[in-house]
Amino acid sequence: MVPGEYYLILSAALFVTGAVGVLVRRNPLVVFMSVEMMLNAVNLTLVTYARVWDDVAGRVFVLLVMAVAAAEVAIGLAIIVALARHGISADVDEANLLKG
Amino acid sequence: MEMVVFAVLAGVAVLAGLGVVAQRNVVHSALFLLVNFACLAGLYILLNAQFLAVVQIIVYATAIVVLFLFVVMLLGMEHARETPDLRPYHAIAGAALGALLLGGVVWAFVASPAAAAIEPGIVSDVREIGAALLTDFSVPFELVSVVLLVALIGAIVLAKTRLQ
Repeated sequence: MVPGEYYLILSAALFVTGAVGVLVRRNPLVVFMSVEMMLNAVNLTLVTYARVWDDVAGRVFVLLVMAVAAAEVAIGLAIIVALARHGISADVDEANLLKG
Repeated sequence: MEMVVFAVLAGVAVLAGLGVVAQRNVVHSALFLLVNFACLAGLYILLNAQFLAVVQIIVYATAIVVLFLFVVMLLGMEHARETPDLRPYHAIAGAALGALLLGGVVWAFVASPAAAAIEPGIVSDVREIGAALLTDFSVPFELVSVVLLVALIGAIVLAKTRLQ
């Protein structure tokens, strides 16, 4: 059997990859993909703990996270489309209208 | 055997994750993301969460990746001008912060007493999840349906209106 720690370390690696992607990339779509990867890493942690403790709550939580992630992607992509109508399509740093 | 499957899936997942971040072409990033999600579905099967693996494929690997690709094509972003978004000092600072974060998270996981050895033979059941959703978790379940409705309306409003 694969020890639970291996899954947890893998999910940490995926989470950090996503976090670095959010930090260094400036294409809004890639930033969103990185956020999705972070959510997936958290899901892997939840499924691992659900397996280790044999508790269904972790799996239910993953389902809820997936639903919220789907909603988040729909809103985020709508924002990206709205930004693209204003000529901001390739760089999140250009979207600074709300900056004081 | 299980260890080999885990090693292959984990390696491919990490490499695909790095590909998402490092690729300059958005379409390639989206396809690497697809590989990453598929690997996670395999890992869910290893963890006896077969229902979640199927949902992972349906929701993430098809719906969300297709949505991403759809927006890429809609906006013509596959030909987006090359922004210097991986400038050297950005990459170095990102990698340093990432290494710090990785160290912290791994230390927290390893130090926690919970990550014990996995007992073999416990099989999760879709019936178990369904029963939990409609009893103990009925309020979050209903709230999520409201969240989805609000997201649906919000996405339509955001994508239709022309801001001045």
